[in-house]
Amino acid sequence: MSFVALDLVPLLAAMLACLACGLVGNLLLLTRQSLLGDAVSHAVLPGIVLAFLLTGSRDAGPMLAGAVLAAFAAALLVGLVVRAARLPPQAAMGIVFTGFFALGVVLLEAGVGRRVHLDLDHVLLGQLEALVWPAAEGWHSLLDPAALAALPPEIRLIGAVALSVPVVLAALWKELRLLAFDPEFAAVSGFAPRALSALLLAVLAVVCVAAFWAVGAILAIAALVAPPAAARLLARSYRGQVLASAAVALAMGAGGVLLAGALPWLAGWGFGLSASGMVAVAGGVLVAAAALLARARESR
Amino acid sequence: MWEALAFRAGHNAAVVALGCIVFGLAAGAVGCFVLLRGRALIADAAAHATLPGIAAAFLLALPLGLDPRALPWLLAGGAVTALLGVVAAHALASSGRVKDDAAIAVALSAFFGLGAVLLSVVQALPVAGQAGLSGLLLGRAAGMTAADAATMAAVAGIALGLLLLLRRPLAALLFDPLQARLAGLPAGALDAALLGLMLLVVLAGLPAVGLVLVVALLIVPAAAARLLVVRLPAMVALSAAFGAGASHLGVALSASAPGLPTGATIVLVALAGFLLALLLSPRRGLIAAFRRQAALMAAARAAAR
Amino acid sequence: MSPAPVPLPLPALSVRGLSVAYGREPALWNVTWHSPPSGLVAIVGPNGAGKSTLLKAALGLVPRLAGEVRFFGAPLAAARRRIGYLPQRAAIEWDFPATALDVAAMGRYPRAGWFRPLPRAEREAARAALAEVGLADLADRPIGELSGGQQQRVLLARTLAQEPDLFLMDEPFAGVDAATEEAILAVLHRLAEGGRCVIAVHHDLSTVPRAFDHALLLNREVVAEGPAATLLSPENLARAYGGRLRAPG
Repeated sequence: MSFVALDLVPLLAAMLACLACGLVGNLLLLTRQSLLGDAVSHAVLPGIVLAFLLTGSRDAGPMLAGAVLAAFAAALLVGLVVRAARLPPQAAMGIVFTGFFALGVVLLEAGVGRRVHLDLDHVLLGQLEALVWPAAEGWHSLLDPAALAALPPEIRLIGAVALSVPVVLAALWKELRLLAFDPEFAAVSGFAPRALSALLLAVLAVVCVAAFWAVGAILAIAALVAPPAAARLLARSYRGQVLASAAVALAMGAGGVLLAGALPWLAGWGFGLSASGMVAVAGGVLVAAAALLARARESR
Repeated sequence: MWEALAFRAGHNAAVVALGCIVFGLAAGAVGCFVLLRGRALIADAAAHATLPGIAAAFLLALPLGLDPRALPWLLAGGAVTALLGVVAAHALASSGRVKDDAAIAVALSAFFGLGAVLLSVVQALPVAGQAGLSGLLLGRAAGMTAADAATMAAVAGIALGLLLLLRRPLAALLFDPLQARLAGLPAGALDAALLGLMLLVVLAGLPAVGLVLVVALLIVPAAAARLLVVRLPAMVALSAAFGAGASHLGVALSASAPGLPTGATIVLVALAGFLLALLLSPRRGLIAAFRRQAALMAAARAAAR
Repeated sequence: MSPAPVPLPLPALSVRGLSVAYGREPALWNVTWHSPPSGLVAIVGPNGAGKSTLLKAALGLVPRLAGEVRFFGAPLAAARRRIGYLPQRAAIEWDFPATALDVAAMGRYPRAGWFRPLPRAEREAARAALAEVGLADLADRPIGELSGGQQQRVLLARTLAQEPDLFLMDEPFAGVDAATEEAILAVLHRLAEGGRCVIAVHHDLSTVPRAFDHALLLNREVVAEGPAATLLSPENLARAYGGRLRAPG
């Protein structure tokens, strides 16, 4: 009972959220836009909170729409600041995403949070542990429609996102590769880089929402950056990069959740560790391991 | 709120307000150098990487018999992991395959994740004072004691003093790093010094602004000042004044609405100022840029006819 | 030289009243120019003269303040398939995980269209383009491991793989050794003989009269244009470069 009810959903949520983020993160990493992931993961907070505020519901639709709109608003603002004020993009993003995040925090604390059961600790530190499935009595519950209907709604959202992201990326495989390698050539050959970039931004916002429910806004950055960074150290081809990042993403999600459960048990502590935090730590450890491996390979 | 702005909301509140003002001055001044040297992202990573150090310091204080709530002790712990985070980012970026921005993001999130893990240990312990720790995430001026404010002002004051001492070589580094090196200035040591100043400001800002948003006080006032003035000394002065004003106003606002996290309030106040400057700056503002563009376009059309 | 086939009747590229500004500084002002329908054309001028900007503005890669652009008499959207573009080598991230063949194959993407993987035949066409620039042996080499001259030839192969009628090339000889320059020039001459138009931003004035048919001398505005052999007269160069250069050779 206890594993399926308490640990299975967090485990799946972490693995799937990391997978979706890690796949999209490849395109950010290869275009040197990892910072955009940082910015969007912060910027979706006011979008999510405002969607709650306006519709009063926790449904996925308004939440995703709010997040995508917020991401576009943030990207637009960054562009304006860079072009008009001629500030470096790094600084412009820093200004915009701290501003959006601060707005989200104030909205949340101004009372919206209590109405939607979303608190700041969740946003900042993630709460995978909250994704329990009390209706589950064991593995057979996975086949029981009544128990499945009682799955936490967050895991449905995360699952749907994790299924659709690879479909989008596969359908636009060569287009996105061209965009990442040489956007000017993409424009000249008629592959509408602006439309593709806008689509990528929307997908980025959507995976950030999925990660938001799994690991929180800040640790989403780990899921966006660590898998592609580790893959970059190991893979030589574009296909290898994407496949390796998917493997690392699944490993960091699973490793983080399992370690957070196993470590206190092994040490005999009577409390659990933050699984969301451990997922990010696992991401960092995997990148470090990949860096060591790459160095060893080069010196050989 | 008006009482708080005029320092008449009680002794403790007045001391806290003063601490925040000194912090705002230091953040605005140091921020100009951070912004112009392109170190905003590193500052953000360092701020996030303080979390595991703070939590570890809290945990270590118990067996050592120290007061786990003592701010200087917590900040010292935060400084250690912040430096480790910066070193880790550097090491990863020096591998060549992973670029700076990604390396910094990996270090930021991994260290912050470790902080979240340690924080979950802290929260499971049956001791008082954990609430103070989560206050360091987004800042809680209302929970600050006069001693906290004094620590904050002292750390920020040291940063200001050092900046005053190093202002000439640092300015030389900004304008022409190569020239500065040729002139015999140790560019590496100066960059390290700037990193140190930045770290002091980050640490000073933790109690009031919090580690998640403190980077905003390093870049927003500096960016606003850059929109308005040209020369570095004027920019530093304006940015420092702006930082101090935003901190003061933000603290007073959050004091009047106890639910509001101080850090977010200060950042929004600073951002409002920045947006005004962005719109209205005569040289670099959006309105001016729009007008210039329209004039150029009209001239180009006329020339083509 | 074999006689060229019937030349295309319309200028390959024609711009009218084109102005572009970056920020408050105009980079191009009221440029009106009609290229020949075919042949090798050099765009020359001092640094900051707007040479690359002219190509990019024509291709819609930078916004223009005013002006009209036509390719073979048609607007860009209608002529896209007839245009090939070779960007500056320095503008590319060579650390990208791709092989020489991967990059050359990008020139065939428009033929596959949206959402479809590249058919094998198109990939073979890209391989042929690599062979044309002498890189058949390096097709599966990661681009980051190629020399500068080889990288430049990979970009050229990608442009050849597009099989366009008009080649717009931004500094095709920048940072390549003399042997590579000769190899690239030989390919360009073959294209011109086949009736194509090649417009290249070029730095080295000394090779213009020998290697190109036609030239445009630019310094934010059109300074002069005409046959490459006679265009770079001392007077014209003085007008473009402000007397800092003497006529080549």
